Amino acid sequence: MKQSFAIGIGGAAGQGVATPGDIFAKIFSRRGLHLNAYNAYQSIIRGGHTFLTIRTGPEKVTNMGDRLDLLIPLNQDAMDRHLRLLAAGAACIYNSDTIKPGVAAKGAELCPLPVSKLADITRNKVAQNTLAVGAGLSMMGIGFQALEQVLGEQFKKKGDAMVSENIAIARAGYDYAAANFRPFARPLPMTANRYAVLSGNTAMAMGGAAAGVKFYCAYPMSPSTGVLHWMAAHARKAGIMVRQVEDEIGVVNMTIGAAHAGVRSMCATSGGGFALMSEGLGLSAMMETPIVVIDCQRAGPSTGVPTKTEQGDLWQMLGAAFGDYPRAIAAPLDVGDCFKIIPEIFNIADRFQCPGIVLCDLLLAEGRLSVDPKDLDFAPVVDRGELITTASSGPNGDSVYKRYKITQSGISPRAIPGVAGYTHTAASDEHDEDGVLISDEFTNPTKRRAMMEKRMRKVTGIAAAAPPPVLWGPRDADVILIGWGSTKGVIEETCEILTEEGISASQLQIRWLVPLHGDAILDILKDARHTMIVENNYSGQFARYLRSETSFVPDGYIRKYDGEPFMPHHIVEAVKEQLSGKSRLSVPAHEILV
Amino acid sequence: MATALAATNHVAMADLKGKVDPDWCPGCGDFGVLAAVQKALVELQIPNYNVVTISGIGCSSNFPGFINTYGMHTLHGRALAVATGVKLANHDLTVLVTGGDGDGFGIGGNHFVHSMRRNVDLLYIVMDNQIYGLTTGQTSPTSRVGMKTKSMPFGNIEAPVNPISLALAAGATFVARGFSAEQKHLTELIKQGIQHQGFSFLDVFSPCVTYNHDNTYQWFRPRVKKLEDDPAHDPADWMAAMGKALLWDEEIPIGKFFERTDLPTLHGAEPVLNAGPLVHADSQIPADVSRAFVEELM
Repeated sequence: MKQSFAIGIGGAAGQGVATPGDIFAKIFSRRGLHLNAYNAYQSIIRGGHTFLTIRTGPEKVTNMGDRLDLLIPLNQDAMDRHLRLLAAGAACIYNSDTIKPGVAAKGAELCPLPVSKLADITRNKVAQNTLAVGAGLSMMGIGFQALEQVLGEQFKKKGDAMVSENIAIARAGYDYAAANFRPFARPLPMTANRYAVLSGNTAMAMGGAAAGVKFYCAYPMSPSTGVLHWMAAHARKAGIMVRQVEDEIGVVNMTIGAAHAGVRSMCATSGGGFALMSEGLGLSAMMETPIVVIDCQRAGPSTGVPTKTEQGDLWQMLGAAFGDYPRAIAAPLDVGDCFKIIPEIFNIADRFQCPGIVLCDLLLAEGRLSVDPKDLDFAPVVDRGELITTASSGPNGDSVYKRYKITQSGISPRAIPGVAGYTHTAASDEHDEDGVLISDEFTNPTKRRAMMEKRMRKVTGIAAAAPPPVLWGPRDADVILIGWGSTKGVIEETCEILTEEGISASQLQIRWLVPLHGDAILDILKDARHTMIVENNYSGQFARYLRSETSFVPDGYIRKYDGEPFMPHHIVEAVKEQLSGKSRLSVPAHEILV
Repeated sequence: MATALAATNHVAMADLKGKVDPDWCPGCGDFGVLAAVQKALVELQIPNYNVVTISGIGCSSNFPGFINTYGMHTLHGRALAVATGVKLANHDLTVLVTGGDGDGFGIGGNHFVHSMRRNVDLLYIVMDNQIYGLTTGQTSPTSRVGMKTKSMPFGNIEAPVNPISLALAAGATFVARGFSAEQKHLTELIKQGIQHQGFSFLDVFSPCVTYNHDNTYQWFRPRVKKLEDDPAHDPADWMAAMGKALLWDEEIPIGKFFERTDLPTLHGAEPVLNAGPLVHADSQIPADVSRAFVEELM
């Protein structure tokens, strides 16, 4: 098994869970270690309970994992909730002035810090956090210098005095642990690699900047707001117009307006905001104005659980807006893919003049991952499709220009406003080749049919433009696990664990939901010995979709809809349960109470 | 290039004639608005390819199809949101938004208010007929109390919105009212609205000859009084404009209620646009900038 080390930091919102998390993350990534961070939190600004898991290791870390090596509870509540998660070899560092320890499992070490003796808590309210970070790093066998440097950066803005005060507190924790606590058995190594650590939201925003997005707008909605925050903070340097709009209806229509005027335009929201946008999706499709909309799924329906993850919006995406129209829907597989998928889907949206939907979820949007900076490519292929931007660049011109010219591909050259000789009206009403409405006085079944067929012919082109999925692992494995989007990492690790335990397992992870490539999927699965569909929702939305498109029915289903992501052991146990014939539907229970 | 063409090519009425003739009912007030917009564009010599006419849904929202400019016939109530996107992507374009009272003050009310406070640089012409026409005659947000329609057969019990006072309150920097039957006056207001830098709101009485038997040409004619004929009216005086906005029934002012030119437009306030319209910007951001974005994360 790969070496990995996981830290859990729990406390109330506002107690400063994020800062020690950021410090650990920075130190790990600078040591060339991979990293995955997931924050389980509640929709509350002060109070409640939040639990951050940071998992690191010299090899790829794709999910939060099963095991906690170090627990840092910042209050009694966190101690009471999580101590029971620790197994032999793990440790719990806590403030012994304010927190009573519970009973730890055999072999798990309780490490009390006499905080008021080690630091002046009247001066520094978060001294316990800094002491714990120092103590933890000491037990991990990481030199103090790394921490000193990060603290220097962290508190630089607050002045030298603040920097030295925090370094002194951290040092006290570091030295106290060295003298009093047992170090972890397997120290974390260093590698020569250097990673960028970022959230899926940051990755999608940066992917947009790389794709040449010049207009971004949004209405704040968890868990998509991080895209807006990155865009807003970097807008002026990146040359992107970023607006916060009155509602998501305004958002999608403003995005369409900017796209129509000729720039790449993007917006992001969550399920509720997306519901408001759906009429706009149809407008984008009908006017053939390409836009990209990101949906960061959270647990629904309605306001649902705003801070929890789910893959429950698939059918909303498939059915968004009335009528038939071409669309592309992609679900990024991990944080790095959140970046990569944006230029890819923009090329499809632009070429086929249709809406592109990125179906992300809270797990990726707010989770953080170490990514090789080489994978953040700011010079990707940009294909704007058949776009007329100057008076001489299009075919013919003047009076013969037909915005919705009927073509074999279904793609009609698109002139942007401001170009002489190409004036036309783009309409949400059904229209003729030259843009004239046929919906009112001139309704004409022949023309309507021709225009429907013209638009829908683009579906063939879209299918060819998006690559079909591939199987990771042998076709004749004991089990093939089928997932989509964000479950890639956890299923990958599940397959490794199962294979190590003697059950060969392969993975089919779906990235393009539309086009689905049903034939390719059926071909991959035709000799499968046992198939299970893994997804984060109640009704098996992807399973139902796959069945509707291909008639394929798997042997079993593994689902989770409690708001928390899968952990590898959830799927491992479900696979074993199903292979032994005990069940066809497994719904693992989440052990971490957050 | 646009400027060069404009200088050599004279813009004539014929250039602005749409691909199809309007299908409005004979006598509809919207004909007068269309003619006035075309005249204003000719008088200002704005080439048709630099104009985007954007509408929502409704009788008057069919407007973009009847004029030869770039046009967008969007969703019910959403024209202003779309228009804001167009203007921010290419602020060299002249943006006209056309629609009706139901489209703008009913379903589009939210965007109406927010577009005004943002001072988006465009002219918004509402062809206000105090009724829903295309859905065959229901009460609109500007229908008077007591008016009988198919949706309120026993008379409207809801107070109408006052578009002029609403626009003044929401921060529109140019607020005017016209009457479709007063062509010269209306054309002048449209020209001023296009030239005004910022959000120009022009509410136009555009009688519905089919469904509104209360607010007819005959009803409006004796009541409308041009503000321009009142030597005491000062369009820079917001409080006075608000006072005029509240007049109704016996005397209904038309003309320019209010204008201020000291506030930045939305596109003027955003430094991202200092280098020119985004539509002409390089797709790729400079390598040193993107490198710095990545380094922040390390």
